[in-house]
Amino acid sequence: MAITDDVLVIGGGIAACTAALSAAETGARVRLLAHKKSTLRQASGLVDVLGYAGGDGPLSDPYAGLDALPEGHPYHIVGEDGVRAGLRIFEEAVGDAYRGGHTDSNALVTTHGGAVKPTARYPESVAPGLVSTSGDMLLVGLAGLTDFDAPVAADHLAAAGVPFSARGVTVEFPKRFRADAKVTRFAKALDRDEDVDGGTVRSVLADTVAEELDGESRVGFPAMLGDDHDEEVRAELSDRLGVPVFEVPTGPPSLLGLKLEDMLFDALDEAGVRISAGNPAVDFEADDGRVETVIVDQKSRPTPYSADQVVLATGGLVGKGLDSDRESVTEPVFGCHVPHPEDRYDWSEPEAFGDHAFARFGVVPDDELRPTDEDGEPHFENLRAAGGVVGGADVAREKSASGVSLATGAVAGRLAGEEATR
Amino acid sequence: MSDAESPGNPTLTPDAQTDDFEAVEVFPDSTDMDLRPGADNCYKCTACDVSCPVAEVDDEFPGPKFQGPEQWRLKRKEDEAVDDSIMSCSNCMRCDDACPSGVPLSQMHNTARGEYVDEEMDKLSREYIRNRILANYGTLAQLGSMFPRLANAVMGNSVVQRINEKVLGITAERDFPEFATQTFREWWNERGGPQVRSEEKRVAYFHGCYSNYNTPEVGKAMVRLFESFGYEVVVPKQRCSGTPMFANGMLDDAKRAAGINVENFAGLIPEGYDIIASCTSCSMSLRQEYPELFDIDGIEDLSAHTYEALEYLRIHEDLESAVREASVEDQSFAYHAPCHGRNQGLDRQAVELFRQLDGVEIEDVGDSCSGISGTYGWKEEKYDKSMQIGADMFDHMEHAQGNVGMTECPTCSMQMEHGTGYDIKHPLQLLEEALV
Ligand SMILES: Cc1cc2nc3c(=O)[nH]c(=O)nc-3n(C[C@H](O)[C@H](O)[C@H](O)COP(=O)(O)OP(=O)(O)OC[C@H]3O[C@@H](n4cnc5c(N)ncnc54)[C@H](O)[C@@H]3O)c2cc1C
Ligand code: SF4
Ligand code: SF4
Repeated sequence: MAITDDVLVIGGGIAACTAALSAAETGARVRLLAHKKSTLRQASGLVDVLGYAGGDGPLSDPYAGLDALPEGHPYHIVGEDGVRAGLRIFEEAVGDAYRGGHTDSNALVTTHGGAVKPTARYPESVAPGLVSTSGDMLLVGLAGLTDFDAPVAADHLAAAGVPFSARGVTVEFPKRFRADAKVTRFAKALDRDEDVDGGTVRSVLADTVAEELDGESRVGFPAMLGDDHDEEVRAELSDRLGVPVFEVPTGPPSLLGLKLEDMLFDALDEAGVRISAGNPAVDFEADDGRVETVIVDQKSRPTPYSADQVVLATGGLVGKGLDSDRESVTEPVFGCHVPHPEDRYDWSEPEAFGDHAFARFGVVPDDELRPTDEDGEPHFENLRAAGGVVGGADVAREKSASGVSLATGAVAGRLAGEEATR
Repeated sequence: MSDAESPGNPTLTPDAQTDDFEAVEVFPDSTDMDLRPGADNCYKCTACDVSCPVAEVDDEFPGPKFQGPEQWRLKRKEDEAVDDSIMSCSNCMRCDDACPSGVPLSQMHNTARGEYVDEEMDKLSREYIRNRILANYGTLAQLGSMFPRLANAVMGNSVVQRINEKVLGITAERDFPEFATQTFREWWNERGGPQVRSEEKRVAYFHGCYSNYNTPEVGKAMVRLFESFGYEVVVPKQRCSGTPMFANGMLDDAKRAAGINVENFAGLIPEGYDIIASCTSCSMSLRQEYPELFDIDGIEDLSAHTYEALEYLRIHEDLESAVREASVEDQSFAYHAPCHGRNQGLDRQAVELFRQLDGVEIEDVGDSCSGISGTYGWKEEKYDKSMQIGADMFDHMEHAQGNVGMTECPTCSMQMEHGTGYDIKHPLQLLEEALV
């Protein structure tokens, strides 16, 4: 007999988590089935809803941009209500750890390259570094962490015309690690406040930075200020420096992304969602237009999971929810239809940030977010899709990735839960 | 360009990742291994590095990305010897789970470690001898359990512990696990083998070393539980699953043991038996490491028919309803999922199941590594690091409501007990209490 639930959500990223939380709200018995860790570990930890649309941007009000999005965009299917539902679920899951919920407007956040990016929700530790708050800024890079070049980032900020002065310095971390030490090693040393010459890691780091401080009223570090004891680390550094300390979101590997993943999984646990992680869904059995069981490859042995309703939230090309080779793009679990130009040369534009067709690749949802076939009919009555696997959005250009995942996750999860508990 | 601003697209830019690979074997000396396609898949996202518990505390350790794909590249280009840091990898396999691109990291580590031990390591060195002893725990335990009381007294003697540390490099900080006065197999023989016979429901039990010599109550629980569901349980002769041997690069020892295990178990599969392990590292070994590392007749079949005990019942019986109807006296657990269980996707099953058992409170103490990783935490020079890795788990255990620990892995259970002083139970023991 198969392991059985009301709703089975396939995927382990922000879309799958949201769908599972949303389905659980309806009272359904929900299981999340995730293969690998999600792309959140590579992502910045910021939650973008909509930064650019119809040639406009950065948008101060993401909702104002919805109408300008092209036809077939997932936001058109779920509407403003869907976006708000997604954000509500997100806020309930992460609580005080994220900011931005007090307003409909986008915040402008400093990125590790020194760009300014519109985003809807951001980690609390990032908040003092918002570009929209005033106060001169000192950015501190660390010699071993080459990912964040503070002087360059500061110059970019200044060039972007921010209304305050920004200066960058690079300092030695109080403890010497091997040249390719991991960001987790830095975080751990701060977490544990390890002993070093002249004191402990936190105190010596604060002393070093204090010497560099020249009237700035806030200090930014790359996001590595502790893991398990991050709040404590930041509070102590702020205290010692006498000015607010903030984190600048980094590229992969991203501790902010890792922490978000942890929070979402804790929320799933709290909501009673069952979690089976580590093995991929590879196949399915269907009967009479309904998915009956999903087959999971448990270390090369097929194991059936059955459910009344299924949500596909396996991500896009990066998350492996879509598969591509030289000729085609496919959705590998259910074989859902993924439209794409015949000729591979039409998939992308010459410019890196051009209007690439591949960016919008994905399954084509109907108005209940069910993937449809070539004729526009749902493949299966009880299969819905959410997040990066859904086509129609160019999330990198629009700055809408997490928002699309939240909104489609919230709606697909709720519909699945309602059907299953009907 | 900032990555945080532009989700990378590895699948669509094949040119960016075809370094200068040629189709050669990763470790040319190893006989039947071609890890090239796996190494090719690495797009340097560092997800593996961030998940490595050793890299978090060990300043000397370069991390899984180096140990795997990068070391391979070096070997191929310059025919470099395997770096000695490979011996600091604890074989927790967390990097495997993290890689979004299917790079067979632990397989690469195991192979490199085997090669390092074969070719670089002095066979008369203290480290080699110590590792060999630790890797062959089963042999040691067999001796110990012939005279359990004496062995317990000797191993528990602090003078002996100091000597172990000084001479062998086995930490004196840990108390040696006690040997049971009656092994599981002795009990099994005494009760006269299977008490239930069945043509349809048959399992062969892989008890491994620890539940035979140290915690026979886990093995007994397995037998009684499966028999209560109507299974015929058999207990074939067996050797160590190989887990501690892989972790110490003793691939010859492991292959010998694997040969015997495959021979004794694979033959039962056509007769309708599935193979059940109660230790998650044993099931991991039979399922993944065996077919990855050895080419033995029947090894794939064994892999495909091996299950962890709880996993098997969840798939084949309506375990959930049975548990929901049962109840036990009030008790409260702090559960730790072993890394090797996590890797098989089993990390949540105990919590999920026991939450429905009347009388039980159970809390997951988080996804950190316990830090002992089998033999790793027994090594004198690794002891401190092992405890640093475990600190998160100890902390979460102390904050959890439960004052009894629970885990499937014998060495995690040693570490949990060592760090907190709690008693530790195996899920099968609680299940036995509830259902038998
Ligand atoms: C480098 C990078 C930077 C980013 N930066 C930002 C940012 O700054 N702001 C922002 O808003 N968003 C950002 N994102 C996007 C965001 O993090 C998510 O990737 C996006 O919202 C899509 O989420 P998802 O849940 O649909 O898919 P993913 O996060 O890709 O997750 C897919 C999940 O499905 C699992 N899966 C796939 N196939 C199977 C299967 N067969 N069986 C079981 N499980 C399966 C995968 O293991 C994975 O856990 C970034 C992403 C990346 C990669
Ligand atoms: S197996 Fe564990 S210790 Fe070894 S490299 Fe991988 S994550 Fe690190
Ligand atoms: S996780 Fe996989 S792809 Fe990423 S760096 Fe490690 S081996 Fe390479």
